[in-house]
Amino acid sequence: MTAVAVDTVARAAATPEQPQPYAELGLAEIEYRRIAEILGRRPTSAELAIYSVMWSEHCSYKSSKIHLRQFGEKAPQTDTLLVGMGENAGVVDAGDGWAVTFKIESHNHPSYVEPYQGAATGVGGIVRDILTMGARPVAVMDSLRFGPLGLPDTDRVLPGVVAGVGGYGNCLGLPNIGGETAFHESYLGNPLVNALCVGVMRTDGIKLARADGPGNKVVLFGARTGGDGIGGASVLASASFDQEHQKKRPSVQVGDPFAEKVLIECCLEIFAADLVVGIQDLGAAGISCATTELAAAGTGGMDVELDLVPLRDPTLVPEEILMSESQERMMAVVAPDRLDDFLNVCAKWDVLATVIGTVTDSGRLRMTWHGEQIVDLPPRTAAHEGPVYDRPIERPYDQDVFVEHDGRTLPRPRTGDELRATLLRLTSSPNLASKSWVTDQYDRYVQGNTVLAAPEDAGMIRLDESTVRGVALSVDGNGRYTNLDPYVGAQLALAEAYRNVAAAGARPVAVTNCLNFGSPEDPGVMWQFAEAVRGLADGCQILRTPVTGGNVSFYNQTGNLPILPTPVVGVLGVIDDVTRRTAQGFRTDGALVYLLGETEDEFGGSEWAYTVHGFIGGRPPTVDLARERLLADVLINCSRDGLVDSAHDLSEGGLAQALVECCLRGDAGARIVLPEGADPFVALFSESTARAVVTVPRTEEVRFTDMCTARRMPFARIGVVDLLDGRLEVQGLFSISLRELRRASASTLPRRFG
Amino acid sequence: MPVRVGVVTFPGSLDDRDAARAVRIAGAEAVGLWHADPSLHGVDAVILPGGFSYGDYLRCGAIARFSPVMESVVAAARDGLPVLGICNGFQVLCESHLLPGALIRNRVRRFVCREQRLRIDDVTSVWTSAYRLGQEITIPIKNGEGAFVADAATLDRLEGEGRVVARYVDGNPNGSYRDIAGIRNAAGNVVGLMPHPEHAVDGLVGSGTEGLGFFSGILATPPAETAA
Repeated sequence: MTAVAVDTVARAAATPEQPQPYAELGLAEIEYRRIAEILGRRPTSAELAIYSVMWSEHCSYKSSKIHLRQFGEKAPQTDTLLVGMGENAGVVDAGDGWAVTFKIESHNHPSYVEPYQGAATGVGGIVRDILTMGARPVAVMDSLRFGPLGLPDTDRVLPGVVAGVGGYGNCLGLPNIGGETAFHESYLGNPLVNALCVGVMRTDGIKLARADGPGNKVVLFGARTGGDGIGGASVLASASFDQEHQKKRPSVQVGDPFAEKVLIECCLEIFAADLVVGIQDLGAAGISCATTELAAAGTGGMDVELDLVPLRDPTLVPEEILMSESQERMMAVVAPDRLDDFLNVCAKWDVLATVIGTVTDSGRLRMTWHGEQIVDLPPRTAAHEGPVYDRPIERPYDQDVFVEHDGRTLPRPRTGDELRATLLRLTSSPNLASKSWVTDQYDRYVQGNTVLAAPEDAGMIRLDESTVRGVALSVDGNGRYTNLDPYVGAQLALAEAYRNVAAAGARPVAVTNCLNFGSPEDPGVMWQFAEAVRGLADGCQILRTPVTGGNVSFYNQTGNLPILPTPVVGVLGVIDDVTRRTAQGFRTDGALVYLLGETEDEFGGSEWAYTVHGFIGGRPPTVDLARERLLADVLINCSRDGLVDSAHDLSEGGLAQALVECCLRGDAGARIVLPEGADPFVALFSESTARAVVTVPRTEEVRFTDMCTARRMPFARIGVVDLLDGRLEVQGLFSISLRELRRASASTLPRRFG
Repeated sequence: MPVRVGVVTFPGSLDDRDAARAVRIAGAEAVGLWHADPSLHGVDAVILPGGFSYGDYLRCGAIARFSPVMESVVAAARDGLPVLGICNGFQVLCESHLLPGALIRNRVRRFVCREQRLRIDDVTSVWTSAYRLGQEITIPIKNGEGAFVADAATLDRLEGEGRVVARYVDGNPNGSYRDIAGIRNAAGNVVGLMPHPEHAVDGLVGSGTEGLGFFSGILATPPAETAA
């Protein structure tokens, strides 16, 4: 790749037999042959660089594409979607001319190699995706998975990742409004860092990634191009870690959040003055991706003088410039008569901007290097017409083991003392313990529109200070459930995020997803993936929440051991009036505690089985999406009509954990009476879905119960809030002081990380 | 004519919009000031907002200090113009030598964002005059380099002259010497504060309304008197 002589188009045509390192770049022989077929000659080394990154798993979705189509085919009809899948991010109508765009993306492998920079640039990348749509980024969230707490590598990875997410987002001035952090052995060598960003714009301000209009100028602006992340997209993100690939370590990108902050403000001023025809951010595959995608989506051709790209390292060769993943760069298509205005805005913000090319109607992407032709290819073939694989799928034999060994015989706590000890053990377990050690490193206040933030069920943002309209977001995923049944597990992740958004009082309208799986070349993993996608697509159809975009991350494994299959689902809801939101904490003395939904004996994949017995088996909780919709309708009504003064969804850890969180959040005690005849263990710790705890002021009780009855929503009065009592009491069984609960919940992470 | 309060935007400022909103909620007019523009546009007071001016590269606030607008702010502050520096703005004030001491990395070596209880220990400054002496308030704190440090003589002088305007209570979040959360200059027109009152001016977003006093105090004190 560092040949002294430039490999020109003419030279490639004249030397058809010259061997090329396609295999090292991650291309299969058949793919290499197809490139030659498209071009009618061997590719130049610059073209090979472009195809290798654009046809990588990461950019081309070649193993997942045939499954992901279901998100479009099964998409429910909805009038809230302004831009669907295929663009940088989906756009949702939030009413009154407001539009909201959101997306989640993974940055898993880089975050293992270099936790701080990997996580930081993960945030930076998703923020640029949102900015590219024409939106002001207004909030971020993060979904994190680590190996077991207490192991040295977790000590290395977790603090770095958290500092990176915070360091970048804080410096950008984006409130972090929520997310999740969970632990399991399978993530030890392969943490998951999924970052979500949401942006707000006016509906007439939506921008698309298109290079339209022959003669328009192609402008590269933002940071200079350096040697960081070269080959990251195709090589680093697509090959799993093992010893011989350790040498890939230096190829993680390095972020500069200050440069991105300035770039955001610069872009927003450019958008406001309507100075661009099309715009694209530079992420994975850098200039290769931006030029091919812009050209493919627009008039169809583009001429680029690659030697005009400003470099941080002047020794970079064309192939490296094409593959560089240097951060904080954008590419815009600008009409010639707007170019001066565009460059003036860039100058105001001290943002470097360089015209590097021109849009053409040739149907070809042509690049020169100091006057010599080094690229001449049809851009669609790189951007959209990459290889598509229907990978072999096989249900792993050990799926049956889960069903046979369902954990029914695991010893259960019976007495009050045993139940009390179980509650404390679960509350202090890494997965359920307070994550404030993490979230207190994130600015949740900046921009002044944060209505709800972690540890609330959903994050909620007011769209602008001029309106009371807002959006709520939740991200959820459970690898244990998905491992037991990928179809159901994906739907459980969807259901939980959906329920969280409704609990806050917002109506769920759209979905983004980040599908984290092992190697697609493993038929068992591919089965998990196919089932999860099918489950999620079916679930979105029933809940009427279309998938608007997302990301697939394969090869999350260490050696032959894949991670637990972990689809992370983000649900976005809209709320007309954020002053009607519902928060999680108990706060009114004497308010009545109601449990909505029905509880069955469901412990497959539960936090109890995992934490107490180290066991994952059985069936995950049953999904009833019709019931989830009913529950959501009830919760939204309660919020709008002021029938409840707190709401909290039930999920991992069941009713017991929900009550602990409601008490601690509100700093209020509660007296709970479990329903008569119920098995206390099941009532407290089962993870049955479509349930929530709400508190109802006494004055609203009749209206509340009438509404539940009319809607056929099962409900049970289970207790009362006692603000002054300072304990959570489950009558006849046990009581625990808030102090003891707080200590159990709050000390787990600090004990390890200080 | 309403009191006009300038809010400076440096590259990397983050809480400038929040500070401007707080000014408006308090009843004053917010005027945007740009780092590269030396003119203060005739404002009655200036707020240096939180954020990461110039990326906080080199040292927090070290580059912002040399911006054209800061030359004017420093000169006007010496003539009595009320100036409030919040978080990064506090750092800029120390770098500009309008206030003594420095702000260094938190003792916990982490960014800390949480609700923080403060006690107002001085109400003679224009920015704290809306509070009662000893009043306790809760407002957000969020910083990575918020530990106020100075030599013992300076600390003694600050305390002796009643120039500590606010102190952390119920736990020191960043290791500030003597729990100092904010200080003022001798004249009382310049205040630096590490916590963020602009995130506590509206019951809906942020955290309560107990920060509003920092912005309403300026209204109660006619600009002419503050120049004393």
